[in-house]
Amino acid sequence: MGAHTDTHGGAAHGSVKEYIWGLIWSVVLTAVPFGMVMAGGFENGLTLVVILLCAIAQVFVQLIFFLHMNTSSEQIWNTVSAVFIVLIVVIVVLGSIWIMNHLNHNMLMGH
Amino acid sequence: MSQLTVPEAGYTGYVSEEHHHDYAGDTLLGFWIYIMSDCILFASLFATYAVLSTSFAGMITPKELFDLNFVAVETALLLFSSFTFGMAMLGAQKKNMTQLMLWLGITFAMGAGFLAMELYEFWHFTHEGAGYFTSAYWSAFYALVGTHGLHVFAGMLWMVILVVHLLKDGITDTNFTRLSCLSLFWHFLDIIWICVFSLVYLMGVM
Amino acid sequence: MANKATIVTDPHPIFGKLTWDSIPYHDPIILTTFLVVVMIGVGVVGAILYYGKLRYLWDEWLTSVDHKKIGIMYIIAAFIMLIRGFSDALLMRSQQALAVSDTSGVGYLPPEHYDQIFTAHGVIMIFFVAMPLIVGLMNLVVPLQIGARDVAFPFLNSLSFWLFVVGAMLVNASLFVGEFAATGWLAYPPLSGLEYSPWVGVDYWLWALQISGIGTLLSGVNFFVTIIRMRAPGMSLMKMPVFTWTSLCANVLIILAFPILTVTITLLTLDRYIGTNFFTNDLGGNQMMYVNLVWAWGHPEVYILMLPAFGIFSEVTATFSRKRLFGYTSLVWATACIMVLSFMVWLHHFFTMGAGASVNAFFGIATMIISIPTGVKIFNWLFTMYKGRVRFDSPMWWTASFIITFTIGGVTGVMLAIPAASFVLHNSLFLVAHFHNVIIGGALFGYFAGLTYWFPKATGFKLNETLGKWACALWTIGFFMAFMPLYVLGFMGMTRRLNYYDNPVWNDWLLVAGAGALIVLLAICVQFYQIFASIRDRKKNLDLTGDPWDARTLEWATSSPPPFYNFARTPEVRDRDQFHFMKEHNLAYKQPESYSRIHMPKNTWAGIVIGLLSGVMGFAMIWHIWWLAIVSTAAMLISFIVYNFQKGKDYYVEVDEIVALENEHFAKVAQATDASEDGEYSVRQRGTPLSMPA
Repeated sequence: MGAHTDTHGGAAHGSVKEYIWGLIWSVVLTAVPFGMVMAGGFENGLTLVVILLCAIAQVFVQLIFFLHMNTSSEQIWNTVSAVFIVLIVVIVVLGSIWIMNHLNHNMLMGH
Repeated sequence: MSQLTVPEAGYTGYVSEEHHHDYAGDTLLGFWIYIMSDCILFASLFATYAVLSTSFAGMITPKELFDLNFVAVETALLLFSSFTFGMAMLGAQKKNMTQLMLWLGITFAMGAGFLAMELYEFWHFTHEGAGYFTSAYWSAFYALVGTHGLHVFAGMLWMVILVVHLLKDGITDTNFTRLSCLSLFWHFLDIIWICVFSLVYLMGVM
Repeated sequence: MANKATIVTDPHPIFGKLTWDSIPYHDPIILTTFLVVVMIGVGVVGAILYYGKLRYLWDEWLTSVDHKKIGIMYIIAAFIMLIRGFSDALLMRSQQALAVSDTSGVGYLPPEHYDQIFTAHGVIMIFFVAMPLIVGLMNLVVPLQIGARDVAFPFLNSLSFWLFVVGAMLVNASLFVGEFAATGWLAYPPLSGLEYSPWVGVDYWLWALQISGIGTLLSGVNFFVTIIRMRAPGMSLMKMPVFTWTSLCANVLIILAFPILTVTITLLTLDRYIGTNFFTNDLGGNQMMYVNLVWAWGHPEVYILMLPAFGIFSEVTATFSRKRLFGYTSLVWATACIMVLSFMVWLHHFFTMGAGASVNAFFGIATMIISIPTGVKIFNWLFTMYKGRVRFDSPMWWTASFIITFTIGGVTGVMLAIPAASFVLHNSLFLVAHFHNVIIGGALFGYFAGLTYWFPKATGFKLNETLGKWACALWTIGFFMAFMPLYVLGFMGMTRRLNYYDNPVWNDWLLVAGAGALIVLLAICVQFYQIFASIRDRKKNLDLTGDPWDARTLEWATSSPPPFYNFARTPEVRDRDQFHFMKEHNLAYKQPESYSRIHMPKNTWAGIVIGLLSGVMGFAMIWHIWWLAIVSTAAMLISFIVYNFQKGKDYYVEVDEIVALENEHFAKVAQATDASEDGEYSVRQRGTPLSMPA
């Protein structure tokens, strides 16, 4: 099979334009949180929200522009598995933090 | 047996003609699934880091050490290497060996630069009194950032092996599949780094 | 045992921590075991050399990438480890039966030995008996059920197997060189930290689990891709056999859960080897985070063991009730629900750690919710049997025993899910009774049902039915006698892992439990005799047609044992019970008119070589023999690269060879038809007349 034309196993290919857009978005979404923290003077809560939103946005940029993820039928298993993994990552990370915070509170750790 | 549909005439229970199986597709899906499991590996490390993020035990804190200018350069190296790997892939698709090798070389150099900076940073932090043994926080920091660095190192080692493959056989279907897997891996490392600089470095100095 | 003489704090540059004192030659129990193992080992190796079978073994088995052979090797290894794990169980039961102060003193096992025994028992039974049994059955059955010729990555499959073997060998090596962990099967710090476990026991635990865990992860990826991408044309997801479905979900859980284990034990390894402070007592370390992480893996692990067993029961119940499975869709969705929910209940393993009411309430309720899809399945099986013409062959005995036993285990599980009740019952023998109740009565009985059911597929002849029923009956009686007293003892306040107690009231119950363990011993002996007798009398139990049970799914459409390429022609699936469908429409047992050549993977040296090198690496790390660790790691990497550059890893099976093998199979089918006048399940009785092409 011709490797340069097929989209086997759900690995689609991009174009120069796509990669350049991906790069521009990445640079912007990196520069904004870095700038905000380095400049200082912003409210902590606001900075936190911006950092998180930029990080999430940039993950999507990477997935779409560099990994060319989409919901076409060849890619369906890649996408489904990624969505499921995100769910489990959220459960494990937030669950651990939740449990351990309550525990530390009850055990007076750090007090 | 009302549920059973009657098969059409000529149906034997077997395919009339054997089809060629798409092995490259198996490899790519398999590698993708491996990357998914690697996400969980990093998630566990992030969870550990988050839980231990204030366990300084009275020792030096990250706020006193993190230098965002330095991290910004590291980040830029890795980000641009993601782009250059993309360009290498475009070269491979066009079967253009020169373009492929050139961009792959740039990617490797950027990866090496990133890794060198990271090692310098580790040495520097240890020198300043923040070694992996200093406190639970620093153990978690080195484990998380170090595991990412180890992945980058593995990616570079793989790149070298792949270049040998490419020089031996050219851009064959097999080598293209290998390259696609490495490309997935490299972009994935970039995604992990986004989480690292956001959650570890940016939040660490806040 | 570990003492000042044996613990080396400054490793020798060549031998590391290894000294002559590392070998416990003064312990009579271990010495005797060692001699027996050596004698058996010498006997086996001698026999192999005497009969000149080394070449055969290497070519046909050790380097094989055939999923059926790898599956068989997994199962054999599991049975060998079952002997070890069950011996540990007998030692514990006898110690507890004796060690009451009033009557007979402290028993015969000193605490440091007893602690290693219960640790080894748990580790072996979960990682080196239950896991290989189920991975072995998946290997054997899943590719056949989906009409595939092998798994997606045959080399990785071989590597997974050898990594598992190395893990098992490291655990066994710990018996004779050094010690095993004395920490309990999950090695909680700070007990498992360097301060309280200074010698090599925990290191054996760490490296055995790390190496075999990576093997399991590779298996998970392999089977996921196999099931997703290699199903025969026409087999949509909702036409997959239930065992394939439950295996798919179990493999998803492996992919999701095992990286957490990898991280957890790596962090503990770092604590022990280079002095990080993740789980230490000082410098901010947090032991509770270890407990949290290890159970975030541990609970899904329970379902990795359970789900495929549910699949086996579904196949067995449908086949022996001679009916379609009742509520296939609900069963698939119940499995998928369990798969997701199993990640939301892990805190119920440490309700008493102190996370507080809100956290405990959430995880308690989530745990109760997960029992609902499990309950759905029980009804699926019951309604499948309802109005079926149930045939009580031995797989069905295991199933019937399972439904009763597992329901009791499930109910006690819901009791433990109540945080308030857990505060009373945690760490007691009630808990021990509960998890043995679900793992033996649920998972293990399922594997035995599956082994009996698919044995003829793997070997070409059935297991002895009478002995199989005896084994099931003895296992069931023995199980109830051994574990029901533990529930009672739990209520009476007896905690787990005691090697000595001074409450004589407990002794009667422990004597009953000990007697139960002896009945289980008898059951296991019957099982081994069953295998021996069945091989001896195989001519009487031959499965000529490939379908000894009048079964329903695709694995029965090929011969028993299947040819190495599984299916001469790729099946085209029209129905959930595809083989039943073919029989109904007179399509079964008809030889295709033509074949085409088949693409197959070649055997490879790489799996066993890389696997064994990882064992050397593990041993070197355990004993701090750094040069050897570096050399073996480099050798692993080089072997992998050499394999990577190797060409011609596949070949084509030519049509002549296929025709010869297929003719042989159809001649056997014809032989079965001729002999069917007095046969119990004959081809003719099933109304499938044969028309053989010339």
